[in-house]
Amino acid sequence: MTETSLAVGVAIELRDIVKRFPGVIANDGVNLTVRTGSIHAIVGENGAGKSTLMKTLYGAHRPDEGTVTVNGVEHEFRSPREAIAAGIGMVFQHFQLADNLTVWENIVLGDEPGSWWALGSRTARAKIRELGKRYGLEINPDSLVGDLGVGQKQRVEILKVLYRGAKIIILDEPTAVLVPQEVDELFNSLAELTAGGATAIFISHKLDEVLEHADAITVIRAGKTVGEIDDPNTVNAHQLSEMMIGSELPSPETRESTVTTDVALEVTGLHISLDGIERLRDVSFKIHRGEVVGIAGVEGNGQAELVQAILGLEHLDAGRVTLFGDDITKASTGARRHAGIGYIPEDRQKDGMILSFSLWENCALGHQWQEPYGDGRWIDKDGALGRTEEIIREFDVRTPGSTVPALTLSGGNQQKLIVGREMTSNPKVLVASHPTRGIDVGAQAAIWEVIRQARRAGLGVLLISADLEELIGLSDTLHVMFDGRINATLNPKEATPALLGTYMTGANGADRD
Amino acid sequence: MTDANETTTLDRLVKRFGPNVIAPALAGIIAIAVSALTLLLGGHNPIRAFEEIAKVLWSADSFVLISNRAAWYYVAGVSVAIGFKMGLFNIGADGQYRLAALFAAYFGAKADLPPILHIPYVILIAVVVGALWASIAGILKVTRGVNEVISTIMLNYIATGLTAWLLGNYFRYKTGTLLSATKSMPVSARLPNLDRIFEAVGITMSDTVALQGFIVIAILVGIGYYILLFRSRFGFDLRATGLNPMAARSSGINPKRMVLITITLSGAVAGLIGMGALLSDPQHFKYSDQFPLSLGFTGLSLALLGRNHPVGIALAGIVWAAIERGTQPLTQKGFPQEIGKIMQGAFLLTAVIVFEVMQRRAAREAVREAAAKASIQLEGAPA
Repeated sequence: MTETSLAVGVAIELRDIVKRFPGVIANDGVNLTVRTGSIHAIVGENGAGKSTLMKTLYGAHRPDEGTVTVNGVEHEFRSPREAIAAGIGMVFQHFQLADNLTVWENIVLGDEPGSWWALGSRTARAKIRELGKRYGLEINPDSLVGDLGVGQKQRVEILKVLYRGAKIIILDEPTAVLVPQEVDELFNSLAELTAGGATAIFISHKLDEVLEHADAITVIRAGKTVGEIDDPNTVNAHQLSEMMIGSELPSPETRESTVTTDVALEVTGLHISLDGIERLRDVSFKIHRGEVVGIAGVEGNGQAELVQAILGLEHLDAGRVTLFGDDITKASTGARRHAGIGYIPEDRQKDGMILSFSLWENCALGHQWQEPYGDGRWIDKDGALGRTEEIIREFDVRTPGSTVPALTLSGGNQQKLIVGREMTSNPKVLVASHPTRGIDVGAQAAIWEVIRQARRAGLGVLLISADLEELIGLSDTLHVMFDGRINATLNPKEATPALLGTYMTGANGADRD
Repeated sequence: MTDANETTTLDRLVKRFGPNVIAPALAGIIAIAVSALTLLLGGHNPIRAFEEIAKVLWSADSFVLISNRAAWYYVAGVSVAIGFKMGLFNIGADGQYRLAALFAAYFGAKADLPPILHIPYVILIAVVVGALWASIAGILKVTRGVNEVISTIMLNYIATGLTAWLLGNYFRYKTGTLLSATKSMPVSARLPNLDRIFEAVGITMSDTVALQGFIVIAILVGIGYYILLFRSRFGFDLRATGLNPMAARSSGINPKRMVLITITLSGAVAGLIGMGALLSDPQHFKYSDQFPLSLGFTGLSLALLGRNHPVGIALAGIVWAAIERGTQPLTQKGFPQEIGKIMQGAFLLTAVIVFEVMQRRAAREAVREAAAKASIQLEGAPA
């Protein structure tokens, strides 16, 4: 289908979409043709413009140029409401569900059946059951959403858009939060959906699953469509990755082992309970100098609490933390950071920086008591500016200067600044929580390289990541956390994403140390 | 680069002078308009009223009186701003300064010291009492989680009762009059006035007014505040905690310690507020039933108006004092006296709103500019 013949069977056609943001052209002539009843994958690296494109399609913003055609009719969506009216629904990566409501309540929220004095709960339940049966998305409408697992929550999200009559469903990185087994279930549901006449579009950068499950693939690079593949059997992962990045895929793999026998950080028997729930149960491990210890696990299985325990941000019910043999269990966060624990927080804007502070002030944050940022009593602005310039240069932070507020930087550049500030302060142990989340491949490779170099120089690293390839590639030792415990300990050389996935869902692994 | 936003005259003015000049100017214009409208509605001639105000303000006496009063207000504003900078609302500056002034007045008048020691001695008592009183709210907050707004308001009431009781029963100097007052400060404890500066440049002041020596203390407080805030590590920690407590905590700043120190420091500066009247104002020189009230609350307004900035609070204090001075004689001319309060209120409200609006515009503009500059750099770099 080379001509723009609006033949029957084309659900969506985007032509020459251009979307500019301040300083960035996110989409620069994207074309997309999606057949009705197909599972269509959109691949591209982080920052390629996939999400921007999907937001255009979903009416979250309007493109500066180009046309959006749905089922042969040209549309100009001014809001998501209009997109829903045209039969397009979006399932976001981060679920937008109320934990304290039931499944059916969540689904009808904002589109409640019945009259103003009575909620049509029976109608709603019946409709949800029927949708579930038809598309293989069965779920009990009366379960509390807070009790559901991630995979089931995603089902609720999909049902939510189906309930609103969507025939075209967009899923933004739907597999990012799922373990491999749940991924298979998701694609089974999508297959049923499309068999029933619906169309599914999903965004991903995991090439294997794209090749396995998609009926067609569109590759986006730097805001442009660089490949439209109607038959995935004609390409392999290697070709796809070349299209995606225009070159070889960088690998996080570390070559030679630099693990020493000196213990840098040791935690023993950590227990944390919050609101009566045990978040951390008897967690013990060691990080040696020159070792990267990776923590795999589905989010919310105690990783955040582990980080807080090491940094002294959360009260320990039991356990011990030692740094180079010194007991720091009772030490304050400040004392621990002073002693050489570097920290790259999971949520950079919440925990890692102060958005209205200038870059140099943000670089000083967490190191304000030490050279070159000051002497403990006074802040040395010149020293801080000098170091900030250095970080900007060495870590390729794209900014007009070191005195602009941090909120003017893009997320990736903010992350590079944080990594730079931690690494230039010569930490002895680095706690890195999702250090490459949401940043482009170039910056990702740079951060991997920084971690590798520091590891060679004797740094002990605790790496927490949702990117299994990153974990397997960078770690010297891998622990899998499940339900607050270390569920399995693996040698990364023997680990595969599938194996990790098994442990991440709670299967018990005999510790092989 | 397409620029969808058309630039208005206001945008251009803001760009030229910055929001720090335009926002208060705009607020001033609006405040005058609101007051004029109020006068008009009340059947008064606003132009004549403003003529009167201008006439009163345009004199050396007014200059002195405004400076004197602004100095008191300034110290109050800084005291509150220290807390504000960290997101703490020290509503209790009012009780802190009154209690501090009472103790300083009583023990200061009892002491017999040379001026070089006497003045610092009195000031030290005030600072310590203010700090201790404020630290009660700090301790309640860090140990029991009591919101400092609630506790400081309640501590104000307690301070009112406590000062009345102490003054009536223990600290009162028996003079035979009905006035409850401490003994007047001895000369050795009084701050010298600054009239000699005027004499040096050949201006003779009327005998009824004198430029208070407390102004020097206010200026020192301002300089100290600036250095603390923008040069010291403590100030860095304080600003960081105020803007993002989570990030501050992750960076190793101890939030509880910061809360305690900041409230105490705020109280210490609050202790100085009353020193203007006690050590520098011939109408007082003692703590009595007539001691100036509510300065702590004025401080709240001024910290807000001056954006917690050492210079901003000073300007706000001057405007505040000038409005008070300018509208004071209006009653004698048949105008309602409340017009001063109306002007102050309108000024405060509009300034806060206009500032917020401009701040947001400026932030958006900064993001846009930074992105534009960064993308220029990007063009040379590989994608």
